[in-house]
Formats: sequence, C-alpha cells, structure tokens
Amino acid sequence: MTSNAWMQLILYFAVLGLLAKPLGWYMARVYLGQPCCGMERVFGWLERSIYRVANIDERHEMGWRQYAVAVLLFNAVGFFAVYALLRLQGMLPLNPQQFAACTPDLAFNTAASFATNTNWQSYAGETTLSYLSQMLGLTVQNFVSAASGMAVLVALIRGLTRRTTATIGNFWFDLVRSTLYILLPLSIVVALLLVSQGVIQNFRPYATVNVLQPTVASDGTKGETQTLALGPAASQIAIKQLGTNGGGFFNVNSAHPFENPTPISNFVELLSILLIAAALCYTFGVMVGDTRQGWALLAAMYVIIVPLTVFTAWQEQNGVPAYTALSVDQTAHVDQPGGNMEGKETRFGIVNSALWASATTAASNGSVNAMHDSFTPLGGLVPMWLIQLGEIVFGGVGSGLYGMLMFVIVAVFIAGLMVGRTPEYLGKKIEAYEMKMASLVILIPPLVVLVGTAIAVIGPGLDYAAGNEIKSNLNNPGAHGFSEVLYAFSSAGNNNGSAFAGLTTNEPFNNLALGLAMLAARYWLMIPTLAIAGSLARKKFTPPSAGTLPTHRPLFVAMVVGTILLVGALTFVPALALGPIVEHLQMIAAS
Amino acid sequence: MATTHKARPLFDPPILRRAVIDAFTKLDPRRQLRNPVMFTVFVGSILTTGLGIDALITPGAESAAFILGVSAWLWFTVLFANFAEAMAEGRGKAQADTLRATRRDVQAKKLSKPEYNATRSLVSASTLRKDDVVLVEAGDMIPSDGEVVEGVASVDESAITGESAPVIRESGGDRSSVTGGTRVLSDWIVVRVSANPGETFLDRMIGLVEGAKRQKTPNEIALDILLAAMTIIFLIVCATLLPFSKYSVAAAGQGSPITVTVLVALLVCLIPTTIGGLLSAIGIAGMDRMIQANVIAMSGRAVEAAGDVDVLLLDKTGTITMGNRQAVEFIPADGVDLPHLADSAQLASLADETPEGRSVVVLAKDRYGLRGRNVHDLGATFIPFTAQTRLSGVDFDGRKIRKGAAQSVEQFVIGNGGSFSSDVHRHVDGIARQGGTPLVVADGARALGVINLKDIVKGGIKERFIELRQMGIKTVMITGDNPQTAAAIAAEAGVDDFLAEATPEAKLKMIRDYQAGGRLVAMTGDGTNDSPALAQADVAVAMNSGTQAAKEAGNMVDLDSNPTKLIEIVEIGKQLLMTRGALTTFSLANDVAKYFAIIPAAFATTYPVLNKLNVMGLATPSSAILSAVIFNALIIVALIPLALRGVPYRAVGAARLLRDNLLIYGVGGLVVPFFGIKLIDVLLVTLRIV
Amino acid sequence: MFSLLRPTIVVFLALSLVTGVAYPLLVTGVAQLIFPRQANGSLIEANGRVVGSDLIGQQFDDAKYFWPRPSATSPAYNAAASTGSNLGPTNPAQLDAVRTRTDAVRKANPTQHGPVPVDLVTASGSGLDPHISPAAALYQVDRVARARGVDAHRVRELVTQHIEGRTFGVLGEPRVNVLRLNLALDSLK
Repeated sequence: MTSNAWMQLILYFAVLGLLAKPLGWYMARVYLGQPCCGMERVFGWLERSIYRVANIDERHEMGWRQYAVAVLLFNAVGFFAVYALLRLQGMLPLNPQQFAACTPDLAFNTAASFATNTNWQSYAGETTLSYLSQMLGLTVQNFVSAASGMAVLVALIRGLTRRTTATIGNFWFDLVRSTLYILLPLSIVVALLLVSQGVIQNFRPYATVNVLQPTVASDGTKGETQTLALGPAASQIAIKQLGTNGGGFFNVNSAHPFENPTPISNFVELLSILLIAAALCYTFGVMVGDTRQGWALLAAMYVIIVPLTVFTAWQEQNGVPAYTALSVDQTAHVDQPGGNMEGKETRFGIVNSALWASATTAASNGSVNAMHDSFTPLGGLVPMWLIQLGEIVFGGVGSGLYGMLMFVIVAVFIAGLMVGRTPEYLGKKIEAYEMKMASLVILIPPLVVLVGTAIAVIGPGLDYAAGNEIKSNLNNPGAHGFSEVLYAFSSAGNNNGSAFAGLTTNEPFNNLALGLAMLAARYWLMIPTLAIAGSLARKKFTPPSAGTLPTHRPLFVAMVVGTILLVGALTFVPALALGPIVEHLQMIAAS
Repeated sequence: MATTHKARPLFDPPILRRAVIDAFTKLDPRRQLRNPVMFTVFVGSILTTGLGIDALITPGAESAAFILGVSAWLWFTVLFANFAEAMAEGRGKAQADTLRATRRDVQAKKLSKPEYNATRSLVSASTLRKDDVVLVEAGDMIPSDGEVVEGVASVDESAITGESAPVIRESGGDRSSVTGGTRVLSDWIVVRVSANPGETFLDRMIGLVEGAKRQKTPNEIALDILLAAMTIIFLIVCATLLPFSKYSVAAAGQGSPITVTVLVALLVCLIPTTIGGLLSAIGIAGMDRMIQANVIAMSGRAVEAAGDVDVLLLDKTGTITMGNRQAVEFIPADGVDLPHLADSAQLASLADETPEGRSVVVLAKDRYGLRGRNVHDLGATFIPFTAQTRLSGVDFDGRKIRKGAAQSVEQFVIGNGGSFSSDVHRHVDGIARQGGTPLVVADGARALGVINLKDIVKGGIKERFIELRQMGIKTVMITGDNPQTAAAIAAEAGVDDFLAEATPEAKLKMIRDYQAGGRLVAMTGDGTNDSPALAQADVAVAMNSGTQAAKEAGNMVDLDSNPTKLIEIVEIGKQLLMTRGALTTFSLANDVAKYFAIIPAAFATTYPVLNKLNVMGLATPSSAILSAVIFNALIIVALIPLALRGVPYRAVGAARLLRDNLLIYGVGGLVVPFFGIKLIDVLLVTLRIV
Repeated sequence: MFSLLRPTIVVFLALSLVTGVAYPLLVTGVAQLIFPRQANGSLIEANGRVVGSDLIGQQFDDAKYFWPRPSATSPAYNAAASTGSNLGPTNPAQLDAVRTRTDAVRKANPTQHGPVPVDLVTASGSGLDPHISPAAALYQVDRVARARGVDAHRVRELVTQHIEGRTFGVLGEPRVNVLRLNLALDSLK
C-alpha cells in the first residue's frame, strides 16, 4: 500500500472520530428534550403542529410493549405505502420516463427493503422507478426507517439509565425529533455539498446528447447519441448515506458519476455513512452519564473496522495474479493506482473503494462505489464478514448500536462470570431474561442468513452448478457463485443492502426470500431489544464498586471485540471456507 | 480464618467407583434432556451408532470403522459429562451417608406435657410430630430438632459439626436449639420438637448435600440460555453445511458431499460441550465446597448470591475482635505499688479458667515476670464466680483477694469495712470511656487497683478487610458498644463503617437502606432477635449454635458457628461463578482449532486446496476428525478437577481478575487444542488406528 | 392499538410531506439557484450543442481518440442503464475478457512494450467512468499522435495538461477526463 493510501485512511478515520463528539453531544440534547442549538426555532413549530394534529402527548411515557406496537405499526404503514406507490407508479405523476408499475414481488421486496432500512436493490433505479416513487416512497422511508432505528436505540438507552420504572419514553417524540432535528438538517447540508460537486438535482426528463465519436456496435447498431439519466438524486443520496440506507438513485449506486462525481463528494458520502452511527456512541455516553462508556464502544468498532479496511485495501492493491500473467500492469505508481480495478472507478482507485466497501458493510448502509462482486476473494470476504458480524460495528443508525449493546450484554455476561459476580452493565444486572432476548438478537441473523442461503443453493443454484440452464441467476461459476448467494442473504439477513451484484435477484424467488429475510432481521430483533429496554428500566441500579467489572477500559473493549469476532467467525467460517476462502486458495494455486 | 476442612481427596476411590456406575445410569434420555448441550451430543451418538451399524451392513462413503470410532467417542463425551456430574454428586452423597448413619431410628421419651415430671412414654423418633415434647437424658440421642424448654445439658454435636467439644444447651436465651442426631452427654433437657419427620435439619442437610432437590440457580439459567443459543447456532451452521457442500460438489465437479457422520462430529466439537458437560458438576461442587467449609447452604441460589455480596455486616465480638476481652494493663490505686497489684491480680485469677482470667495471668507473667503458681500448692482456697457475689478470687494466707466488676468489688470492700478511694473510681471511669472493661482487684477492705480488659482485634483481620475492599466489598461492624468505643475499634480493625449501639431494628433498617441503594448484604446472626435482619439480608448465615428461629430465617447455617466464615462464603460464591465463566470462555475459544482440524478434512475431496488450512498438519481427513472428537471428549475429563475445585479466587480488583482469567482460559482455550489435537493425531497414526 | 392509529397515520403523512416533498423541492430550488450547472448534469456544450457531460464517459474506439475504460453497460457507456460487469477475478469469462482486451490494446498500440495499465482492460464499476489513469492515457499517446499526424510531444503535453491530481494532494487518484481530452484534441491545431 502506498503512503497516500495510508494518508487517506488516516484522514478519514480521524475526521470521523473528531465529528463524533459534537454531533453526539447535539443528538443527546435532541433526545433529552434540551435546547438544540436554535434548531427548535426552525423546526419547533413543525414538531408541535405534528403532535397537535396527530393528537399526541409527547410527554406521555410508553411501556416497552406499547413502544414496540407503535414502531411496528408505523413501519407497517410505511411498508404498505411504498408497496402501493410502486404498484400504482404507472398511473401517478412525476414519471417522465413513463415507467410501468413494478411487479408484485419486486414491489414487495423493495417495500421491505426500504421499510427495514436495508435498501437492497432488486430494482435498477434509473430504469424502473419514477421520480415520485424515488421521492415519496424511497426518500421518505430513508428518513423514517433510520429514525425508527434511532428511536429504538434511545428507548434502550433509557432502559439502561432509568431505575425501577416501567416506561422507556415516547416513540413519536423520538421518531419526529430524530427526523426533524437530526436527519433533515444534516441531509440538507450534505445534499447541497454534493450538488456543488456535480451530483444532479433536477426534475428534468432524461437528456439526450450527441456523442463526440459516433460508434457502430458489433451488431451494426449505430450509436450517435447518449441518453443521460437525470433526476433529484442529491436529496436522496444525502439521506441514503446519513440514514445508513444505501439504496441508490441509480443502479450502480455511488459508483455512478452523477451520484458520486469527485473525491470530495466521495469523502462527504463516506463520512455520512458512519457519521451518525459513530456519533450515537457519544450520545449513548452522554445519556448514560459516562461518556467513557460511549468511547469504549466506538473504540471497539474502530478496533474491528480499521484492520479489516487495511486488509481489504491490501488485498485489492495486490490485485489478481492472473491479470499480471496476462501482462497487465497492476502496480501502483505515480501515474496509476494499480491493483484490481475491475468494477472500480478511476477517480476512487483502490483505497477509496476498499474504504467504502468496509464502511458500507460495517454500517448497514449497503451503498457501493465499486462492485464488490469483482473484488479479490479475500477483499470481498471482508465486506461480507462485516455484514455477517450482525451489522453492529457502526451498523445501521440506531440499530447498529442497539445490536452492539446486545453483544456487550453477552460479553458482560461472560466477563462478569469470570470475575465472580452476577454480571451487570451500567449498574443493571444482566439476568436470564436479558440473556434470552440478547441470545435471540444474536441468533436470528445467522439463522436467516444460513438457512436462506441453504434454500437458495439447493434450489436454483444447484441446478445451475449441475449444468442445468438456470444460469440467469448467478453471474459467476464455482465457489464465487456460492459467495454471491451467501452475500445476498447475509446482506438481506442483516439489513445491509449491498450485494455481490452479479446475482440476479429481481425474480420472484429471490425477491420473496430476501424480502422476508429483511423483515425478519429488522423486526424480529427490534422486539427483543425493546423487551430488554423494558426489563432493564424496571431494575434497580447497583452502584459500582471495585468488584464491578469496569466496562470502559481497553480490557473490556478487547472482550467485546473478541466476543463479536468469535461469534462471527464461529458461525460463518464453514460457509466462508466454501466461498471466498476456497476461491482465494484456488486463485493462488492457479498462478 | 482457621476452619477445619474435612479434606476429602478429589478422587476418592469409593466415590470414583460409584461415579463410574452413575455415569451409565445417567444415560436415561429424560435426564439428558435437562441439558440441551449434552442432549445434542446424546442424539448425535445414537445417530452415528445407527449410521455405523448401517455402514457395517451396506458399506457407504465412510468406512464403518471410522463412523463407529466417532460414535464411540461421542458416547464417551456423554459419559464423561455424566461422570463429572456423578463425581460432584458422589462427594455429597458420601457426606450424606455419614449423616444418614446418625439418623438411626431411636426411641424417644415422649412427655404428656412439657415438664420433667410429666408421664413419659417410649415412642419411635420417626413418629414425633411438631410440638411434641420429649425428654432427653444423659446418653440419649436427641430424636428430632427442637427447642429446649426445660433443663440444661451438655450436648455432643460432632455428628453434625465435626467439632468434638461438647456444647451447652439450655432453655431460654440463644442456646436453646438442639438438632436431631446429636447426643446429650450429661444432665437432661426437655425438648419441644420443631420439625415433622423428614423435615428436620438433618433431613434437609442430607437432601442438600445429595443434590437431590437441586434447582438451577439464576446465573446458571442465564448461562444455560446462552449455551442453548450457541448450540442452536451451531446446529444451523452444521445443518446448512450439507446443502452448501452439495452445491460445492456440483460447482467444483469433484468429490462427494459432507457425510452426516462428519457433520455430527463437527457439531459436537463446536457446541460448548466442555462447559455444557461440566455445568451441573460446577454447581454441585460449589455446594460441596460450602459443605467442606462446614456451611450448609439452603439453596444454590444463596451460594451464588454470596458471590455478589457488596456489603458484609460483621458482628464485632468474635468476628473482628477476640470473643473475649483481654487484660492489657494494671493500674494501681494510690499507694499500691504495681508489682503488688500484679501479684494480687494473678493470685485472684490463678484458678479462674475463663479467658479473661487466663489473660490476667498471662499479662502478669509477660509484663512482670510472675510465674504461674498452682492454687493447691499454695494451699489457697478458690472462690468461684457465683451469680450472687459476681466475684471470684482466692482465700490465701488469710488474705481475701477478689476481682470483679467495680460495683461488686465495691460492695465486697464495703462489706469488709473499707471503701473505694476516688482514684480507683477515676481509673474505672477512664477505662470505660476508652471502650475497655475495668476489673477491680481488692484485698479484703482495700482496693488495690484496676485491670484494664480490652477488646483485642484479631490478628490478620485488618489485612482481610483490605482484601475485601479490593474485592469491592464494604465491611460494616455491628456492635452494642457506644459510638466512641465502636469508632476506636472500627478504626483499629480497618472496617469501612460501623453501627454502634446496634439494636435489631437498627440492623434491619441498615440492611434495607443498603438494599434500596442496590447493594447485596450479607450478615451472620445467632440470636432470635437477629431473625428479622437475617430474613432481610441477601446472604444470611445463621450460627449453628444459634436459635432455631435464627436458623429458619437464614439461608445458610454455619456448623462451626464461626462468624468470620462469611468471608470464606463470599469467596466460594465468587469461585462458583468464575468457574462457569472461565470454562465457558475456554469452551468457545476451543472451537477455533477444531475448525482448522475439521473444515479442511470435511471438504478434502471437493476442494483439496483447503488443505492449506490444515495448519496442524493432521495426517488424514479421518484422523483429523477423530482427533478433534477425541480431544473434545478428553478435555471434559481433564477439566473435572478444575470444575470440582473451582477456579482459584484471589482478592484483586475485577479488572485484574478478568485480565488473568482471559489470558488463562481465553488465550489458553485458543492455543491448547491445537497442541492437543495434533498430539492425538500423532498417537492415532503411531498406533495405526487410522 | 387503535389509539395508536391516528398518530401513526398523521405522523406518517406529515413526515412524508416534509421529507418526501418539501425536502427534495427545497434542495432542488437551492441547487438550481446556486449550482445550476452541476444540478443539471454538468453538461458540456461545444459549438452550440450539448456533446456530453463532464461526469459521464463516452465510448471511443477510433484510433485518433483516446479510448476510455471498458464498459459493461449495453451498449457501452449507456448512461441510462449503468452497470458493472460483476465478474469475479477467478471467473474464466472475466479472464477471457481481460485477455481479449489486453490483446486488442497491445495490437492498437504497437509502440508500447510494457504491460498494459490495468484500468484500460478492466471494466469500471458504473460502466460510465469518465476517467482513465494518466498511465492509460500516456500508453495511448503514440497511437493517437500517429492517427492524427501530429507530434507525439504535443499530444503528450495535452495529456499532461489534462491530468487532474488528487484533491488537496490527498483525496482520490490522479486521472484524465477522456471526453475533455478528446475535445481538446479536436480543437488542437
């Protein structure tokens, strides 16, 4: 790796760390109902009128069950709204390209995808979705699904901090404030920054330009013009990054020059991916009254993501031995980034592509600026594994941290036993009920991923591998084909949304299976999380003593990291061995 | 903290024999079902046995020898886990047998009413019900638990406590409770029975040590859930590996799919069998360690709670200070020289066998070189302490030397025509103010001076409290002394806090206050008036010498009646949790090496390149799989001693404890199997088994 | 449950209006006001007609133009349907593609004897990559110069002028915008 590669990596992680504190501090004020730097003067009237019209008493406290019902109901409404929009797209306005209605399975998959903050793209933005669908369907879900995740996290934090009470806050308060005070202002700023770099934002029909050099394709068709897909992209991209949604305006997502035209836009979008998730760690610290606890969690995330990012960049920079054998120059030098450039953009080169790949999969973002399917086997293993860890290293906004806290609970439990006490976290005893719920949260994603993959490979996949003509689904043969399916279910089963995009998923089986996986992974985890919040809120607070395990020290960070990696490795190593690991060994052996 | 541990060797041959037999009887599926991890192995064993037999008849992909080899070791895995549990139970059972021997059916002298002279009838002890009244005379076995309502007797409780010195049991007060199975040595007592047959202390104790009614403790349940979750995860991992493998075979165009035998082997290696197999043994052993320390815990929950204790309420007398005060100083009255006072004090105490009396003799010897003399050689007459005079001393050479409380001695002096001088009064008051007990020595009509009896803080207790502080446990001294005295002793002993002029109500309130602050409180008590506080405390240790009410209120009984035992109890509780945590970590960390052994082997025919992952260089796929399975089984046996003894606890902070245990059991768990599996593989190859 | 229905519907509709209508319209309004060129696709006009976008690559296969990276879209550089190849590095189809492209590039640039810069023979992620690496541009200088009958030095100079360095010297990678370079070539002389 070049010295510039290191500089870009260090710069990114340093800026991210620096921004975590001020934003985290601000978000804590939003959730604690404190003055928010004048933002309430801009949006306060809106917030209050929403409460008034909706007949909401935002100070009314909810128990965990009521909170859960509110989250689920709200998300269900969003799900059906997107489904209806996509099905009725052909009849609705703002459809300059006159796209027809989506098929039921695609509409189901996309609705599930956006309601669950996954943003798996079975659709190809510029060829299937009208501007109205993008705005009123996808953009809205980008906001509210993110806000739902943040709300659940805040409820869990309240559970940790409250003592002997039955309530964990008000969902509407958390949802509306997340949207208006956090996501909306940040999105406006990021969207305008992106437009300044060349990200498009208009309502024009696709533009046709005359190309400089007309071409004649091999089949004789003449190419004298080029059609440029246009639309209100910047506003959606800003929130898709900030809300860890990731669903692109265009098919190739942020690899598309209109979505991500310059290194600066790339840096801003990259930062947006992890920004809120990182800052929420600090928010957590503020809200539990000990910022060291928040820093410890952020440190655990850094400890996992930084080495993996470096590893991916290293693998991609090493390139593909077979290319070198074909007399292709993959070395990095002053005139070219070198490395495995298949599926990568010249302006981003190796390091920005690798950094994006690990950031987008560490967070449950799923946007891409390079095609993961074309990564080297081990370079592609990293994003896949980061997803499989459960989308908790940063993870989705809100959902990542509450997932992380479930792992913390497990780590605390084992560590607590090892110091000879009933485990406790932040003064709350971790008992059988918490273990049951945390186990569910940890259990469900692997279940969805592995069972889903198994069903998919013995069905269409096996037919293909056996030489039967169902080639359309898989783009790559052998172990890599297996990786594609595994990646798809990992992505859906952890609400990430990125893909080894060679797998054609816009067909009924995959749309349905992946849609169900996304729904299970999102809501099946939210409910036990809220149950833990409720249970913790009811507990007494045990003041710390010398016998209490400190949960902010490096040792505990190591314990959490170890727990995450061990569970992640133990669960997915066999599957990974049959996919990227064997592919890597084959690649090495072949050269 | 000298406690007489009844050390029983870890692998006692009779226990060992019984455990081996029990390991087989525990194969009952209903028993296996209680432990999800081991039940999974159990099912796997049956499955592979079936497959092995099938392969014998119709040869398939794997050789029958290999399948049956795996199968045999899976059975061993189950048996080893059973054996571990049986070992832990066996130690309790042996103890129970000893106890049961004392519960021979005896004849009881049942009284028609609670009086010595009431009509008596001979009945079998087993027919006695609660509130029956019996007479127990010298040589009789006390037929059941009860309360002495009349009389006083010395009782041999060695059957229960192991302590050979007889104890006094009398009606009224805090020494009124008697335990069935103990023997009256002298005099007689009338006892009101307080337990129905089968519910006596002895019965309960037998039940507890046998582990017959063992219920899972809260932390054990939580851990069980985690282990079950891990088991389900690995079940999914292995089950989905079959379709994955089928796909891979088709994709690679070579090899054959993974066999069910290998899948089962992989599953058993991955699920946390080490901790799963030893979990119940650890719990039973924890109870057993309590018993070794002569503490009967009424439930496993109490043992576990002991590990969580934040606050220890300790009675001053007997725990922090010597049970008896000791003479530390002689203060002569005006005109009396010190050696004379010392000499007289010594004479007055020569025949006084109380600890206080002996301490006077010791002080006289140490400080003034006065050798001990024999009362009889001197021809002196010993005047013992009586309730009337409340004095003791000697008549010797025409002198009447007495010592006692100031008031009593003053009466004695006045009776002999003398009087106390003002300086004697001054000395008496001064000592009392400093928390000491003044004893006045008089010779006939003359007060010679004052002996200062002081509370002596036990040696080593201060260090113990420092340790407790490092463990995060706060110590609170409970005393009836005035605040001034209490503060002086508290400072000397180094306790964190004290409760002076303690009343039962104040004690109860203090416990409640601590609990409201989220703390777990442990205390010891013996008197009936301790019962409310004992009932309130999270860990309540009743002295066996205490009243029945106290024993009912507590959740542990200390047979040694040693108040310092509380500290030991806390350590045992912590040890119990630590052992579980350490073995869980070890068990999970083990999986890494097992993957490296099994994955390349399992897919050797499909993807030969995966052999690069065979970092241990295991000989063949079958030897690799077999080695992993054998290691997995043997590690259970290897860890039985640790499970039974417990992970050693040291009084250091939580962070250090975690670091050390992570290094030993986490990193160790990661590394050890690499060597273990390789070693077994080498052995298998050398012995030409594979 | 039913008591939650009204808040659910109202909050959903309200937030839909705010984030789905007001927000994109606001951003569009501001964008059109202060960054109209960027907001509308950074279009390039030459001689009064739109010849493309700064950001979207075009297909070139004439020897007198610099060639862009291979594109996986159909047809190449189809800006209405972006896609990458999504071929893995061990996929025989991918190795064939790289081999074919390498052979073609080497044949087209006979003066070059070194290995081919990797970006010239690998498809970009979007299929619309407007850039090639400076190495890939320099590789083609001789061919372009000969096809156009101009001095290779002038072409090389033009390429050097068109190299965009890393932003702030750190971010991104050095690159050459193929369309801009080719436009500049046409206006050479």
